[in-house]
Amino acid sequence: MSAVAERLGAALEMDKVESHLHPEGSFDVADHEVPTGREEIWRFTPLKRLKGLHQEASLAGTSYAPAFDAPEGVRIEQVEGDALKGVSGLVPWDRISARAFAEAKSTLAVTIPAETELDRPVFVTLKGTGTDEATATHAVIRAEKFSQAVVVIRFEGSMILADNVEVVVEDGAKLTVISIDDWADDAVHVGHRHIRVGRDAEFKHVDITIGGDVVRHDTTAEYSGPGGSVEMLGLYFADAGQHIEHRLFVDHTAPKTKSHVVYKGALQGEKAHTVWIGNVLIRKVAEGIETYEENRNLVLTDGCHADSVPNLEIETGEIAGAGHASATARFDDEHLFYLRSRGISEKEAQRLVVHGFFDDLIRKIGVPELQEQLAATVEAELAKNVLKELV
Amino acid sequence: MSTLEIKDLKVQVNTEDGPKEILKGVTLTIKDGETHAIMGPNGSGKSTLAYSIAGHPRYEITGGTVTLDGEDVLEMSVDERARAGLFLAMQYPVEVPGVSVSNFLRTAKTAISGEAPKLRTWVKDVNSALDLMNLDSTFSSRSVNEGFSGGEKKRHEIAQLDLLDPKVAILDETDSGLDIDALKVVSEGVNRFRERDNKGVLLITHYTRILRYIKPDYVHVFVDGKVADEGGPELADELEANGYEKYLTAAV
Repeated sequence: MSAVAERLGAALEMDKVESHLHPEGSFDVADHEVPTGREEIWRFTPLKRLKGLHQEASLAGTSYAPAFDAPEGVRIEQVEGDALKGVSGLVPWDRISARAFAEAKSTLAVTIPAETELDRPVFVTLKGTGTDEATATHAVIRAEKFSQAVVVIRFEGSMILADNVEVVVEDGAKLTVISIDDWADDAVHVGHRHIRVGRDAEFKHVDITIGGDVVRHDTTAEYSGPGGSVEMLGLYFADAGQHIEHRLFVDHTAPKTKSHVVYKGALQGEKAHTVWIGNVLIRKVAEGIETYEENRNLVLTDGCHADSVPNLEIETGEIAGAGHASATARFDDEHLFYLRSRGISEKEAQRLVVHGFFDDLIRKIGVPELQEQLAATVEAELAKNVLKELV
Repeated sequence: MSTLEIKDLKVQVNTEDGPKEILKGVTLTIKDGETHAIMGPNGSGKSTLAYSIAGHPRYEITGGTVTLDGEDVLEMSVDERARAGLFLAMQYPVEVPGVSVSNFLRTAKTAISGEAPKLRTWVKDVNSALDLMNLDSTFSSRSVNEGFSGGEKKRHEIAQLDLLDPKVAILDETDSGLDIDALKVVSEGVNRFRERDNKGVLLITHYTRILRYIKPDYVHVFVDGKVADEGGPELADELEANGYEKYLTAAV
């Protein structure tokens, strides 16, 4: 363990908090019992559809093809062995994370060198090529000091994936990571993201979840110095039978840090299920911090189910601000009435409202080409249900 | 040629204490080229009349008829009514997050005229309509009514009236909450609409102030869900001098 990690570990040790929000992690798979579904962190997840990821299923699969497109200056390498694992301070906090951590044979490392400002995004595409055997992967994205970059990770095709993605945003760096789960209908993805944000660093996470049978993302951000900020934006669209789960944990481990979380989702079709858990912990040391988290769900048809649970734990009152909001609703009748009173048909009015619901979030992504793609994706999703009779 | 004909209209709303009758038999005919003012105290049912004609789901029609050029308006959906030529300028225009004014206007125009407007002339038309309402061109990229001031919301309603060009416009307390400058701008907009051929206007107001700028042909006094008195523009002057007092005591 490096000296920095030791100091960080010692600091966190002193500040230990007893709470289900942050179970003690362990690298040893045996320390994580096979979940039964009654545990707080598993109670929303359809374990039966995880293809044994949470049990003993082999993770030796290699049924995927990675592709890269990066501007000059970015280092992309596949590092064999365990050397890079855990650099963000990740200690697996559930069984699937621990299994993936132990079994991933190598680490995909994307490094933006110090003081490098990229003029276009780095694209990493992971295309699944089969669901015969589950796959474990590990990735580390590191933005070195004062660098600025956007990294887009796109998941597509069919596979059963358990992965750990570690992100290190060094002091003064600005990093955006855009994760797009655009899987085929039969994919299963249980992903863990652990982010460490340095002093005065800015991290933006954009989490887009469209495809897959079961997608569960467990994302934790913590700070290694004061002044860091985290923005997390999420957009998801669950269709009939789909389970999309986002579990977020912002651990305010340093003073004067900021976090802002906005996740918006739409649900359509029988047994479409979404889960959003937004956990925030403000530790004693984290004076002067500011946090806000928000989840909004738009239920487009009957038969959908949205769970939304914001949790805020505060150990110091010396903060600039803390708040959260959660709302799950159908179309607002007044919105539709206003639009329809101008001659716009009911379907078309619904279409406008759904686009509007997502648009202010999409506009914040800051990558124009992706914003256009996403608007088109929303349109394609709408075509499955709301607009079916329009076409 | 267009005529909005309201006959013995009865409307109720559901409240916690059960259904409550708001309109108790309203009869009113607006022929083309005519401007009718409906005046009345708070709670007399003026806005209910406006929203009932537009088809708001909160209001349940329990009797009577509304026709536009002989077509049964009450049988139409909200959007069909608008496409048939009715327009309601709302007292409290609704905020629709994330939907830009330009997208909204283009979608509405396309729905009403049955085809997408020609791009080049349309942009010009929109800018001119906004400009006439003292709304600058950045306005069209904002979300519909979101963060608009009270005056901006009303001016946006009248810009829509200009662009969507209905047969009959119902203006529900468009004058409320406007300062004198905004009131003039809005009134000029309504007057430009009236100058077009075959347009009817139903102007609902609490105050006589707006009638100095928009001269009605007929004035109807609304009390307790019914028309209590009718007359020419001189009736507005009388109301300005004496208020609604005599109608209220008569109603009790």
